[in-house]
Amino acid sequence: METNTKRLLHTFAALADLGQEIANTSDFAEMLRSSFHLLLGSMAIRRGAVAHYDRRADTLRIISTRGLDQAPESSFAIPRDDARELARLGTSLTLAQARERATRFMEAHAQLFASTEIELLVPLVVHERLIGIVLLGEKASGEKFTEEDFETIKALARHIAVGINSHHLLAEVKRKAEENQRLYDGLRKIYKETVHAFAAAIDIKDRYTQGHSVRVGKYSEVIAREMGWSDDEVEGITVAGYLHDIGKLIVDLSVINSPERFSAKDSKEMSRHPSAGYEILAPISHPYADIPLMARYHHERMDGNGYPDGLKGDEIPAGARIVTLADSFDAMTTDRPYRKKLPLEDVLADFRANTGTQFDPQVVCAFCRAFLKEIEGTKERRLLNLLNRNYHDVERLGPMLNQMLSDFDGGAIAASVNN
Amino acid sequence: MQARCVGDAAIIYASDYLNKLSGERIERECKRQLESGRRALIINFRDTELVNSIGVSILVGVIDAAEQNTARLIFSDVNDHTAELFQMLGLTRHVSVVSSEDEALSLVSEARP
Repeated sequence: METNTKRLLHTFAALADLGQEIANTSDFAEMLRSSFHLLLGSMAIRRGAVAHYDRRADTLRIISTRGLDQAPESSFAIPRDDARELARLGTSLTLAQARERATRFMEAHAQLFASTEIELLVPLVVHERLIGIVLLGEKASGEKFTEEDFETIKALARHIAVGINSHHLLAEVKRKAEENQRLYDGLRKIYKETVHAFAAAIDIKDRYTQGHSVRVGKYSEVIAREMGWSDDEVEGITVAGYLHDIGKLIVDLSVINSPERFSAKDSKEMSRHPSAGYEILAPISHPYADIPLMARYHHERMDGNGYPDGLKGDEIPAGARIVTLADSFDAMTTDRPYRKKLPLEDVLADFRANTGTQFDPQVVCAFCRAFLKEIEGTKERRLLNLLNRNYHDVERLGPMLNQMLSDFDGGAIAASVNN
Repeated sequence: MQARCVGDAAIIYASDYLNKLSGERIERECKRQLESGRRALIINFRDTELVNSIGVSILVGVIDAAEQNTARLIFSDVNDHTAELFQMLGLTRHVSVVSSEDEALSLVSEARP
């Protein structure tokens, strides 16, 4: 086989290896070191360095060296015009050629090139932009670089340039994604704080139900989590709980704060609040699905006798069915102007009596299951902590909750909780 | 990395494929031997079928290290294909390439004052 053919085969093998090295995106420094090794080894070049061009700082930063007795400074300045000229040329330059083309840069660093016995300067270029440079010393053979060598170096250098460029593009994309995530998190925080402020505003208007919206949000959260909803969905329903009564902002203050049960006229006024809530919430771009619908339908009933639209069963959004139960639970476990809070046995009896007609059996079961787990100590006390100030001795409710689970869920859920 | 010492010489055995991983092991071992005062290094390529470009670059680094320490570097048991590669790339200007380890050791003995 002729020497030229052998040389060509060795170069092809180096190119193939280089492709594999550049695909290594997990360790940039190692990828670069190996790629540089391959370039040097393709023609047994004794020394060299590779530097990355930072266009914002107008500097070249050394990222790998090989065989240099005297290590160059870690970074050195390059005038922008010289960088542009090197990018435009995009091919290997002898030092004499480089001195003509990038005069200021070569003059400024004459000492560097003299002390390191560098013979070639190879611009690394992608899309006509300078990415970096490779500096190469003499070949182990002592022969001068040929035109064929220049072409080989150009091909290998292009691969290295693409590798460096891809790494920096990926890093930039990652940086922007992190920045976007921070902005998104910031917006979400502002949204949540706004929702809290609204919940407080709603509850302040009704002096008898202070804290109601926040508690309904938290009860809804516990139930949704027990039903296996995703974190995002749980966050959404918590917000829906906070905002479900936002329509009360347009209801006459004297009606809301009436110390007596509502008259027919007052009831009609009060029953406007779900639709009004929907009207308020619908124009807002919520980060969660169906918030306005959960507000609109939290007074619907499974049997179709609710309001405002008389929806039945599955026609009512699942989130609204959860908020309905959470809303009723808080209403029954807090004092109202026309009655005291109910004992928990009575609350559960109400749930039992109205499951399937007013309440969704699956939601009732999830509530019972969560309650039971908290009583048995297998789950964080969320419901119990919200109730604590008002109720004691909730442990005795275990059998009742078990019985409800058995009745509404064929016993399977009760068994799993007990296990 | 298999290596042994005979007198002033360290004999280092290259693996079947001289690439980045195995090449860096050879480079480390050579530098360790030079630091411990050896003035002759014999790299035995009896098991080596292939040397890639990174392997070549690493061997160039070993040549540099040997020259800086005024140590003798000898390659032995190199197969024909690899010998041609070393010849073509000019490595043979800096190292002696011999057919056997014994021949390499003889070269080292002859050079001794």
